[in-house]
Amino acid sequence: MTTAVEVRDLKAWFGKTEALHGINISVEAKHATAIIGPSGCGKSTFIRCLNRMHETNPEAKAEGTVQVAGADIYRMDAVEVRRRVGMVFQKPNPFPTMTIYDNVAAGLKLNGTRNRKTLDEVVERSLQQAALWDEVKDVLKKKSGASLSGGQQQRLCIARALAVRPEVLLMDEPASALDPISTAKIEDLIFDLKKKLTIVIVTHNMQQASRVAEFTGFFLMGDLIEFNKTEKIFTNPSDERTEDYITGRFG
Amino acid sequence: MTRIRFHQELDELKHRILAMAGMAEQAIDLAVQAFTQRDPVICQRVMANESAINRAEREVDEFAIDLLAMQQPMAIDLRFILAVIKINADLERVGDQAVNIVQRVVHMIELPASDLPVDIPAMATRVRAMVRDALRSFIEGDTELAKHVLEADDEVDRINREAFADLSDAMQRNPEAAIQALGVLSIARNLERVADHATNIAEDVIFWVRGADVRHGAQQIVGS
Repeated sequence: MTTAVEVRDLKAWFGKTEALHGINISVEAKHATAIIGPSGCGKSTFIRCLNRMHETNPEAKAEGTVQVAGADIYRMDAVEVRRRVGMVFQKPNPFPTMTIYDNVAAGLKLNGTRNRKTLDEVVERSLQQAALWDEVKDVLKKKSGASLSGGQQQRLCIARALAVRPEVLLMDEPASALDPISTAKIEDLIFDLKKKLTIVIVTHNMQQASRVAEFTGFFLMGDLIEFNKTEKIFTNPSDERTEDYITGRFG
Repeated sequence: MTRIRFHQELDELKHRILAMAGMAEQAIDLAVQAFTQRDPVICQRVMANESAINRAEREVDEFAIDLLAMQQPMAIDLRFILAVIKINADLERVGDQAVNIVQRVVHMIELPASDLPVDIPAMATRVRAMVRDALRSFIEGDTELAKHVLEADDEVDRINREAFADLSDAMQRNPEAAIQALGVLSIARNLERVADHATNIAEDVIFWVRGADVRHGAQQIVGS
């Protein structure tokens, strides 16, 4: 077992409001870790701290250490951090005017890759990894990302994140806006992707957490209440607050 | 996202399994009464009640399966429904054991009463206490009481082994009483099985409340 992300005493603020009160967690490499908890518990803030997206809010700040493969991300260039730790959001956000091809190649081009053959290879590989290749290979440079269905757009965003070969992929409720078929495709995708990279997924859907993640953390009011193997959390949690939440007795 | 309706349905499931438990408990009480009083009318009553227990078993199962499918329960709620499904099967078997007993009694009362060296009423008292305590532990979620039930099973097993030895001796000494002895042996065996079902119920209560699997003398925490 290897730790991909080591978080120690992580605190986060929005202005004077402390949103995270000192989180400690070790995220296992090449596994999926789900973060669950009621609205406002700090779970999205937490994963946004893992690739320094949190600090893009001018009133936000974070304290503590987050190490990715042993390197402190707060001592790294933020662009490099976001290359190594990719992110997919709740609402698919393809670049609307770009073609499907350019959407996937955008990150590489930003990093200076211009070689056409390399770009072609990466676009195909990323779309295949995102289980979208077969559906779009004939219209790569004809259709825009915005012309795809919601589920396809989300997989396009995953392909875009994969193109720069991240070590960790953060997913903030990636299927909450999708229909059950598209959701199932994303979940199958997570299952395949975690063979190669580490996934941290925030979800409100506890069945989804139990289906895709080996580990689950329960957040409540800015604290990590319980972190354990997913089957333990969902069959026999140790903390009464976790049990009350997942059985719907509060929240 | 408090799940008020779901938790009301869990309460309803508990009421239904308890109604069935009442029928199973009554069946075993009547079967023992039929034996001690050599009463064919009580025997008929036990046999007639079996179909109601079977029907209740199907209804509880259907309700529990619906809840699993429609509500996707987790943690203690999931364990509760799984425990109910297993307890349901045990209670139905208790009903079957009661019928087995009265079927024996029907044959035995056609023969002259025989003084055999096994105290079936005393054994039945222990077994009924185990069933009662197992059900009380379920009603109250009382794992200490459930543990007492597990301990009590060893004593019933011992009584059953002694009954076998004593009745074997009695049959050798008095072959004319062999049919009656076999009947009593069968009743003791059925009572011992009722005690096993009470033990299963107690284990299910511990599983539900503590998330611990204590079957076969193990002590495993579920999910770990």
